[in-house]
Amino acid sequence: MQILFMILAAIALSSGVLVVFQRHPLRSALYLILNFFAVAGMYLLAHAEFIAAVQIIVYAGAIMVLFLFVIMLLNLRQPEEEAKPPHILQKISGITLAVFVALLLIYGFTQAKLPAPGKEAAAGLGNTEAIARALFTDYLLPFEVTSVLLLVAIVGAVVLAKQKLK
Amino acid sequence: MSVTIPSFTLSSIGPWLTLTVGAIFLLLLDALSPKGRKAYFPQLSLVALGIAALQTYCLWGRSGTDFARMIYLDNFSFFFYFIFILGTALTVMLSRQYLEDWGKNLGEYYALVLFATAGMMLMASSAHFIMIFLGLEVMSIAVYVLAGLFREDFKSNEAALKYLILGAFSSAFLLFGMAMLYGAAGGTLYLPDLAARLTDKAFVSTPLALLAVALLIVGFGFKVASFPFHMWTPDVYEGAPTSVTAFMAVGVKAAAFAAFARVFFLVFPSLKVDWVMVLWVLAVATMTIGNVTAIAQTNIKRMLAYSSIAHAGYLMVGLVAANQLGAVSLLYYLLAYTLMNLGAFGVVILVGRKKDAYLNIYDYSGLGAQHPVLAATMALFMFALAGIPPTAGFVGKFYLFSAAVQAGFIWLAILGVMNSLVSVYYYLRITVLMYMKPAEADLGPVAFSPATTAVLVATAVGVLWAGVFPGFLYNLAVNSVKIFPGM
Amino acid sequence: MNITVLVILTAIKITLILVVFLTAIAYTVLMERKVLGFIQLRYGPNRVGPWGLLQPLADLLKLLFKEDFTPPGVNKVLFVLAPIITAVTAFLPFAAIPFAQQILPDHIYLYGQKVDLSVAALNQGVIADVNVGLLYIFAVASLSVYGAVLGGWASNNKYSLLGGIRLSAQMISYELALGLSVIGVIMMAGTLSLVKIVDAQKDVWFIFYQPLGFLIFLIASFAECARTPFDLIECENELVAGFQTEYSSMKWALFMLGEYCHIIVASALAVTLFFGGWHGPYLPPIAWFVIKTFIFVFFFIWVRGTFPRFRFDQLMRLGWKVLLPLGLANILVTAAVILFFHKG
Repeated sequence: MQILFMILAAIALSSGVLVVFQRHPLRSALYLILNFFAVAGMYLLAHAEFIAAVQIIVYAGAIMVLFLFVIMLLNLRQPEEEAKPPHILQKISGITLAVFVALLLIYGFTQAKLPAPGKEAAAGLGNTEAIARALFTDYLLPFEVTSVLLLVAIVGAVVLAKQKLK
Repeated sequence: MSVTIPSFTLSSIGPWLTLTVGAIFLLLLDALSPKGRKAYFPQLSLVALGIAALQTYCLWGRSGTDFARMIYLDNFSFFFYFIFILGTALTVMLSRQYLEDWGKNLGEYYALVLFATAGMMLMASSAHFIMIFLGLEVMSIAVYVLAGLFREDFKSNEAALKYLILGAFSSAFLLFGMAMLYGAAGGTLYLPDLAARLTDKAFVSTPLALLAVALLIVGFGFKVASFPFHMWTPDVYEGAPTSVTAFMAVGVKAAAFAAFARVFFLVFPSLKVDWVMVLWVLAVATMTIGNVTAIAQTNIKRMLAYSSIAHAGYLMVGLVAANQLGAVSLLYYLLAYTLMNLGAFGVVILVGRKKDAYLNIYDYSGLGAQHPVLAATMALFMFALAGIPPTAGFVGKFYLFSAAVQAGFIWLAILGVMNSLVSVYYYLRITVLMYMKPAEADLGPVAFSPATTAVLVATAVGVLWAGVFPGFLYNLAVNSVKIFPGM
Repeated sequence: MNITVLVILTAIKITLILVVFLTAIAYTVLMERKVLGFIQLRYGPNRVGPWGLLQPLADLLKLLFKEDFTPPGVNKVLFVLAPIITAVTAFLPFAAIPFAQQILPDHIYLYGQKVDLSVAALNQGVIADVNVGLLYIFAVASLSVYGAVLGGWASNNKYSLLGGIRLSAQMISYELALGLSVIGVIMMAGTLSLVKIVDAQKDVWFIFYQPLGFLIFLIASFAECARTPFDLIECENELVAGFQTEYSSMKWALFMLGEYCHIIVASALAVTLFFGGWHGPYLPPIAWFVIKTFIFVFFFIWVRGTFPRFRFDQLMRLGWKVLLPLGLANILVTAAVILFFHKG
C-alpha cells in the first residue's frame, strides 16, 4: 500500500508540475488527465471507490474532454505570442516563497492531528451508502444549495453564450 | 437501510428560500412569456426582496442553529440580510432604465442578482465552512456573469474574464485554507466546534492553523478587494455594467466581510496575536494604495473602484480592533457604505446617460449650474464617502477609528485619519468640477426615471439620517455582535 | 490458499476470458459482414474456410503484414498512443460484467474423488465484483473518447480533427443520457454492483419495470459506440474516414478492435442491466448470457444495415432535448413509484 501510494504521489506531483511547464495547451491538458488518474488511484487506496469513480467520470471523462474540445476547436497549435520571461527577482521571490510554503506544509502535516475514521466507516457501510447518508442527513442543506449553484452556473452559461437573448 | 433526515424549520432559511424561488420564478416567467411582451421583472424582484425583508424582520431575535448545524440563526446574520436586501433592492431600482438603454432588460439579469443575494445570505449565516464556500460560489458565479452581461462590449468581456479567473484562483486559496484547518483542528469544519477546539492549547499555534489563517486571509482579501489582492478591482469595476459595479461594490464586499468577521471573531480569537498584525499591515496598505491611486483617475468608475479599495482598508480596521466597537463599526459602516456608494453610482448612471457615454470626471463640469439637484446629491455622497459630517460616512469612520484607539492601535487610527484626508482631495474634486468649472458643452437633459429618483432620494435621506441619528443603527449593531466571544 | 497461487490463478482466468473475448470480437466482425451481406442480398465473405469461417484469421494476417505507415507531420507519441488507448479502454469494462454465477460447480468427482473447486473469488463468473461496478464501467467507458480524439488531433489532418471534435461533443452529450437511463435500474436494485443487479432480476427482468430507461439506454449506447445511425465521426462521404483516416495496419486494427469491443460490451451491459444477465431456464448461465448478448450484437448490425445516418444538429437535438428530459422524467417516475408503493 505504502509503495503504491508513493508511486501515485510521484505521478501526481510530476504530472502536476508538467501541466504548468508545458508550452502547448493540449499537452498541459493531457498531463492534467494523468494527474486526475493518480489522484483517483489515491482515493482507491483510501477505500473511497465511489469518489475515485466519480473523479474519473467527471474530471477525466467529461471536463477534460470539453477542454480538449475547446483546444482543438480553436486549434491552438502554437501559443500566439511568447510570454515575457519573468524577471530574475520574480523568479527568486517565487522560488523562495514556494520553498517556504513547502517547508511550512511539511512541518505542519507532521504536527497535524488527523481525525479518526468517521462513524460510517466504523459501521462497515459501503462508501457509496455512507456518502448518500451523509448527504441526506448532516449535509442536507449544502447538498440542496449545490443544486442552486449548478442552476446559477447553467443560467450564467446561457446568458453569456446564447446567440440571441430575447 | 433507512435514513432519518434531521428535523429542520424551513422558516429559518425563509429569506434565502424566497429569493431563490423568486429567481427561479423570474427565469420561468422569462421563458414562458411571449416574445416582446413586457414582463415586470424589476417589480417582481422588488416584491421578492420585500418578502425576504419581512421574513428577516420576523426572524430577528432568534438564535441557535438549524439544518444539522449548518447555518446560524442570529442577529449578526439578520443584520447582514438587511444590508444585502437593501443593497439589492436599490440595485434593482437603478438597473431598469440603465439596462433598457443598453437593450438588455433581461429576466436573467434580475434572476442572477437575486441568486447572488441568496448566496450572500448563506455566507453571512453559515455555521460550517462548506456553507461559506457554497454561498461564496453562488454569489461569485452570478456576479461573474453579470459583469460580462454586455457581451458586445469589449471592456465588459474583459471584466468578466478577469474576475472569473482571479476569482476562481482566490476560491482555491480559500479551499486550501479550509483543508488546512480541517487537518489542524482534528477533522471538523463546523465553526462552533472549531472555535471550541482552537482554544485548546494543543491546537492553538500549530503551523497548519497559521497557514489556514493566512490562506483564508488571501481568499477573503480577494473578495473584499484588499491589498495585495486588489489588482482586479479597477478593471472589473470599470468594465462591468454600472449597475453591476454598484452591486459588487456594496453586496459582494459586505458578504465577504460578513464571513470574514464571523470566521475571525468566532473561530480564531485564540490566534489573534498572529493575525492582527497581518491585518494591520494589510489595512494600512489597502487604504493607502486605494486613496493614492484614486487621485490619478479620470474615469469616474475607476475612481470609485479605488475608493472602494480604500474603504475595504477602513473596514479592515474594524477587524483589526477586534473589540465590540470594532465589530459594531464594521456593521454600521457597511450599511452606511451601501447607502452612499449606491447613491453615488445612481448619479453616475444618470450622468452617464445612454450607453455610458459620459464617464469621465470632466463630464461633471458645470453640472451644478445645469442640474442643481443632481449635483447637490452627488456632492452629498462625495462628502459622505470622504467622511465629512453630518453624513453617515463620518460617523462610521469615527466609530472605526475609535475602535482602533480603544484596542490600542493608535497609529492605525492616525494613519486612517490621514488617509481620509487624502481621500478628501479626489472626492471634493468632483464637487469642485460640478460647481466651479463651466460646462464644456450643454449637458442636455437627464432622464430621471421614477425608480432612479427614488433611489437617490432614499440613499440621500438615509445617509443624512444615519449620520445625524446613528443611535438606532448603533444599537442594532451592538445587538448583532453579541454572539462573538468577549463582545 | 496461498496468495501467489491465487494471483496466478486469477491471471489465468483473466487471460482465458480475454482470449474468448477477442475471439468473440473477431467473429462479430465476420457476423457483421455476413448479416450485412444478407440484408443487401449478397453472400458476404465465403472463400476462406467453410462459410468464410476462417475469414477473421485471414484479416488478422493481412493487417499484421501490411506496412505500418506513419505519415509525416503527425505527433508521433499521440499518434501511437491513441489506438492503444482505444483498445485498452474498450477491454476494461468487461472486467466488471458478470457472465455467470460461477464458472465451475462447487465440486466435481474426478476418478471417484471429490475435488473442491469453491475458491470464492476465483470461481465467480466475473473478473472483479466491484462494489461500484456500474460506475467503474462508466468511468472506463468515458475514457474511450480520448483514443479517437487524440488520434484525430495527432494525425494533423483536418478530416481527422473534425472527426475527433465531433466525437468529443457526441460522447459528452450522450454520456448524460446514458447515465440517467440506468439510474432507474440502480434505484430498483439498490446497488451499483453488477453482480447484485443481476441477482435482483432473478424473478422479473428490469426491462419490464424500466422500458423507457431501456429505450434511452439503447439509443445512447448506440451513440456512445459511435455506430450507425450516429457514426458521424467516420462518416465516409464527408470526412473520408474521420479520425482514423491516417491510420493503417495494426494501429487501424486496434481502432476496429475497440469499436467491436464497444458493441459487445454495450450489448452485455444491456443484458446485465435490463434482461436478467445470465438468468434463464434449462441452459447453463454462460450460454444464456452469450445468447442474449449476441441477440443485441445482431441488433447493432441490423440497425447498421437499415438505418440512415443522422445529421450532427439532429444528433445534438436528440441527445439534449429528447433523451435528457426523458431520462430525468424516468428517474422522477421511478422514484415516485418506489416511494409510494414499496415503502420499506
